[in-house]
Amino acid sequence: MRTARVFAVAWVMHLKMLSRSAFDGVLGVLWPLFFATIAFLMYGAGGDDAALLYAAVGASVMGIWSSVSTAASSAVQRERWAGTLELLVAAPVRLPVVLLPITTAMATVGLYSLVATLLWGRFLFGIDIRIEHPWLFALAVLATVLSIGMVGFLMSVTVVRYRSAWALGTAFEEPVWLVCGFLVPVAILPGWVEPVSWLLAPTWGVRAIREAALGGSPLPDVALCLGVGIGYAAIGFYFADKVLTSARRHATLSLS
Amino acid sequence: MTVIEVRGLLRSYRTRTGIRRRTSKTVEAVRGVDFSVERGELFGLLGPNGAGKTTTIKMLITLLLPTAGSARVLGYDVVEEPRQVRRRVGYVFGGERGLYERLSARDNLRYFAELYGVPPREQGARIGELVELVGLTGRERERVEGYSRGMRQRLHIARGLLHRPDVLFLDEPSIGIDPVGARELRGTVAGLVQQGTTVLLTTHYMFEADELCDRIAVIAGGKIVATGTPEELKSRVGEGSVVEVEVFGDAEPVRQRAGALPGVRSAVAEDRGQAQVLVVRSEPGAEVTQAVLGCLDGVPTGRVSTRSPTLEDAYVELVGRA
Repeated sequence: MRTARVFAVAWVMHLKMLSRSAFDGVLGVLWPLFFATIAFLMYGAGGDDAALLYAAVGASVMGIWSSVSTAASSAVQRERWAGTLELLVAAPVRLPVVLLPITTAMATVGLYSLVATLLWGRFLFGIDIRIEHPWLFALAVLATVLSIGMVGFLMSVTVVRYRSAWALGTAFEEPVWLVCGFLVPVAILPGWVEPVSWLLAPTWGVRAIREAALGGSPLPDVALCLGVGIGYAAIGFYFADKVLTSARRHATLSLS
Repeated sequence: MTVIEVRGLLRSYRTRTGIRRRTSKTVEAVRGVDFSVERGELFGLLGPNGAGKTTTIKMLITLLLPTAGSARVLGYDVVEEPRQVRRRVGYVFGGERGLYERLSARDNLRYFAELYGVPPREQGARIGELVELVGLTGRERERVEGYSRGMRQRLHIARGLLHRPDVLFLDEPSIGIDPVGARELRGTVAGLVQQGTTVLLTTHYMFEADELCDRIAVIAGGKIVATGTPEELKSRVGEGSVVEVEVFGDAEPVRQRAGALPGVRSAVAEDRGQAQVLVVRSEPGAEVTQAVLGCLDGVPTGRVSTRSPTLEDAYVELVGRA
């Protein structure tokens, strides 16, 4: 119960912080619109509504992924620079309970990209955005946001120990767009890519959202998305204490 | 009852230099420190920059692992039982870092109250009480980014007290605060000790340590060079007196001549504005004023004064010897 409260309060506080930076705000507003424009221009020539919806969903998950992958790992580094990382570690709650709300708040901000992409497509490109299963669509989006938040959490655990690990988030940003099939089907990529994509929660997330939007059955993909996400969280929880002990041994909590 | 017990505490860091030919060096920041603090005591840790004060505190609040030795806080081992230690201690450091700039003071406190396990029903009242204690009433809903340095420091103190810690670690808490704010801070700290909180304080301000601390450990080069009450430390400089001579020009030759005089324990030159001040400490019973003036040898001088030794004199001598 207490852990749930800590999580909820921390999530709200981090959302507040994220919503109060004008610079981040402008970038956050514009960035998903670029993704959406590229996707719609790529797929618009065919005039196939289903293909355009496929692209719209892919572009929107790109936005969620980008806001987590680059921001989650750098968020912990920012805490280090601000001198708050030490205070978070010095608190009597377990480190994952402190880190998870940070990355989940970022994934939540990424939700905006979903809404913005769909509206951009509807009003600027005239795409017929028809969601066949709205409730399942919402469930799939929620599962995707949570799972991507867990990926960010795993990255942020690494940053607690290794100061330069924040760059990992940026390094993973574009490859994941491709490997998880956000814009092009994984099937057209080399054969070895597909097994890799199965290990990545966004693959199942984007599939689930597409299935819900196009009228298929998203539940198996939702389950896989959550399963893989929980797997990341479990790995993060398992390593968090070890990583923290190592950070205390190597004195990397306060260095910038 | 002993609240903090430190035995042979040692902490070293490895630093690396170079890109192609990397060489590593081990730096010993704390080199076998021993001290203990009793319940309700205000214990000062004094030392120059880099002496190992902050490293010692960070080991005690479980942010760093000791390389060797042991430390217990309230009976809990800082290595084996970090969470038990964290629940019962508060940590406040000086400077402007350590706060969420984009949140209000109230939100900062709300967040940390949750992290430190303050019961939800008590949070509102506790935050209000602390905001009043540190004099931020009326400003608590403003974002921290607009706060002055003093306001930030007061917010730090409120944060450190949220969960009513049994032991409070204050690492240079008055750094950068104006004199009025620093006096208020000293009053707050003294009040906490009266209420039974044990405090470990590091500071560069000798008058602060003299006014507040029950006992002081002087640390230099990672080792404790003296421990005692402020009076005991002052008495180590002896019953003698201190002669101060304002010197305009090169004070070094004068300092050397004065240092060699019979009855002189130490002579140091300190920069004070345009002038340098030659501070000469004498042996008990020795009258050295005339002899010191005789060493000036035509160097322009200003005010000459004689006074009793202060804690600062004791500190300078103890650190100088280390």
